[in-house]
Amino acid sequence: MAQQASITKTLTIGEGGTIISLIALAVASIIIAAKAWTPEYAFHAYLFAAASVASIFAVFNRYYARDAAPAPQEVDGKPNYNMGPVKFATLASVFWGIAGFTVGLIIALQLAYPALNFDLPWTNFGRLRPLHTSAVIFAFGGNVLLATSFYVVQRTCHARLAGDIAPWFVVLGYNFFIVIAGTGYLLGITQSKEYAEPEWYADLFLTVVWVAYLLVFLATIWKRKEPHIYVANWFYLAFIVTIALLHLGNNAAIPVSIYSSKSYIVWSGVQDAMVQWWYGHNAVGFFLTAGFLAIMYYFIPKRADRPVYSYRLSIVHFWALIFIYIWAGPHHLHYTALPDWAQTLGMVFSIVLWMPSWGGMINGLMTLQGAWDKLRTDPVLRMMVVSVAFYGMSTFEGPLMSIKSVNSLSHYTDWTIGHVHSGALGWVAYVSFGAIYCLVPWLWNRSRLYSLRLVNWHFWLSTLGIVLYISAMWVSGILQGLMWRAYTKLGFLEFSFIETSEAMHPFYVIRALGGALFVIGALIMAYNIWMTIRSPQIASEAQRPQLVPAE
Amino acid sequence: MSYEWFANFAQTWGLIGFMSLFGLVLFYALKPSNKKMFDEAARIPLEKD
Amino acid sequence: MSVWAKHQIFEKNSIVLLIGILIVVAIGGLVEIVPLFYLKSTIEKVEGMRPYTPLELAGRNIYVREGCYNCHSQMIRPLRDEVERYGHYSLAAESMYDHPFQWGSKRTGPDLARVGGKYSDEWQRAHLNNPRSVVPGSIMPGYPFLAKTPLDSQHIGQMMKVLALEGVPYTPEMIEKAQTDLIAQANVDDAGAADLVKRYPKALARDFDGNPGTISEMDALIAYLQMLGTLVDFKTYDKKANVR
Repeated sequence: MAQQASITKTLTIGEGGTIISLIALAVASIIIAAKAWTPEYAFHAYLFAAASVASIFAVFNRYYARDAAPAPQEVDGKPNYNMGPVKFATLASVFWGIAGFTVGLIIALQLAYPALNFDLPWTNFGRLRPLHTSAVIFAFGGNVLLATSFYVVQRTCHARLAGDIAPWFVVLGYNFFIVIAGTGYLLGITQSKEYAEPEWYADLFLTVVWVAYLLVFLATIWKRKEPHIYVANWFYLAFIVTIALLHLGNNAAIPVSIYSSKSYIVWSGVQDAMVQWWYGHNAVGFFLTAGFLAIMYYFIPKRADRPVYSYRLSIVHFWALIFIYIWAGPHHLHYTALPDWAQTLGMVFSIVLWMPSWGGMINGLMTLQGAWDKLRTDPVLRMMVVSVAFYGMSTFEGPLMSIKSVNSLSHYTDWTIGHVHSGALGWVAYVSFGAIYCLVPWLWNRSRLYSLRLVNWHFWLSTLGIVLYISAMWVSGILQGLMWRAYTKLGFLEFSFIETSEAMHPFYVIRALGGALFVIGALIMAYNIWMTIRSPQIASEAQRPQLVPAE
Repeated sequence: MSYEWFANFAQTWGLIGFMSLFGLVLFYALKPSNKKMFDEAARIPLEKD
Repeated sequence: MSVWAKHQIFEKNSIVLLIGILIVVAIGGLVEIVPLFYLKSTIEKVEGMRPYTPLELAGRNIYVREGCYNCHSQMIRPLRDEVERYGHYSLAAESMYDHPFQWGSKRTGPDLARVGGKYSDEWQRAHLNNPRSVVPGSIMPGYPFLAKTPLDSQHIGQMMKVLALEGVPYTPEMIEKAQTDLIAQANVDDAGAADLVKRYPKALARDFDGNPGTISEMDALIAYLQMLGTLVDFKTYDKKANVR
């Protein structure tokens, strides 16, 4: 370290390599844009070129602004944490969250009032629905995972984030992928594989970003001062590694041409269905569960100021959960042309999955043992604890719905949509909100949030929204399932399809209302965070809150 | 590979294999000599730096 | 030196964890996916399945592009009400040339696995232009732009080439004649229609969008919808031989 201080400033290998790669990407993008088969694909190629050029400037700017020596690993014997990328991902998650919830509200309204499709290509439900799912899962959820994983891995390893440009490449590259994916859907660029809609070039780019993510995360663990790797990092690692595996398996495709956005998946028919739901269900299992359980295992103990209820249970929970989850995919294919043996395996493992899921729930909830009173005074902690309760509820409902006879009623109906949202809104979003509310004062060095009252408003408005949403979907789902199979006394089907569809209208209106409340809650959060960041910093370093008191 | 062979393997060796894997995890988690390490690990998020 | 040795142990821990995760998550996927490629019983033996004609394939590309799978399944389950409502339950063989599969997961609208031939071209046209003109309570978006957009079929042969690479039995002749076959199918009494049917049995050749002047995206999409679920000859299908 010491002798490097005297060295004259030069581009590091990382900076030089990044600039060369970006120049190559820009040139390739411009060539592709010029020869692209469709204007939509040319637009994306130009976006790649523009982003590359902007990044080259950013790398140079950063080079001129920085010291000659690389950023120190430690300052005054304390780790010199790299929180820039964490801050960016935190704010990005708030932005994408509001965007994704709003698009969700729009498509909910479209189902109630079809005129809102406007009969245009880029505003119809078929293109907007993937925009909603990707925006909430990958843009909102993904940025929360990036922010918290980079925060938690540094704090629990007492080490600065590995790499200099790499963490920024991960965060910015990931968000660029989101822009490509989202604009692609609107322009009709899609693989039509649920939750894996982005086309081949977006998938390739994401693969590069993801490998960088894995390396930054692992290399930070390698620098750790603790002998033990804290269990939250186990969950993050499982999330990163398994998502890589799923992404590669499910997106194996051959592009029609390098000048075309169109590709064909190498799998077909029944095999493609199995690969898709191996991916689809484990996007839930590893993206929306393992990653967010890592948040639970760090932020709840931290906020409640007590260690996790049982560390031993967390180890059993971890291995059992990741082993069993991966089998559960075929429950999305009950009674289809998938062979029965695979359906049975999927059902059995889905039911067994209830046990590790509740093991995790118990571990999260019981961490509050002896500190339950904090729930009354700290709405942030309450949000996280309620999220774990919702996790328990949806992981009980899930195994129930994977039973073939229940599934024969629930499949293809809104019951599934309700189930997904009790997990997505109740569990994923709430634990994320909790983590964001914790992170913002810590990251921006503020003594506290701008207003706990507003957190309370956020909590109650969105809780009401969730209740409206999921109960409307339970009723509409079960009602439609029963109507589809209703027979008259003479043995004819009682309802035409359109009659069952018309019966859904009131529930679709209630669902949209629930969604609107959820969006309003998120807007309140955004305002609260904005005001927190605008509030004055803590005066001295000594006052910096290691733990925000749960006042 | 026939369906029968596949089913037979899953119901015998497959089952035994999975059970012993689970046993290994339980052993690691419950081994008394690991308790101290786990107790320390559980306090990692609460440490100040 | 001792610090370095300790550092090595640290690295080992994380690598053990990484490999452990990889092994544990690989098992389930391997057991459920790999046998589907090797067990002969996975895909039933049927007669009548053929790859999509160039026009049908172009229509399927539009179906994929517009995200129809978000609301329409193509998978009839062997349940009494579904079989009565939609027809014979779907076989794995019926989607064996589908890259990607479009079984779907939600029925905001009805199943489309056997929609082929159920409605006239006129009905399909009117319905796609404005669903509420023929089904007043429908909540489906309108797709009036399909009839107005000429079909871009320039690269259809290249697309078939990629599918052939992935195992769809397109012959070099089919790929070579892709353009002429596509035009023949979208017109009435085209000279190439006989050749088309020879290459693709049961292919329907007519002016699907009711506008003889151009081949529109509407032509392609309706050609695709009108053949869905019509290929397999269920008279020769032996249920008992295909128990899985």
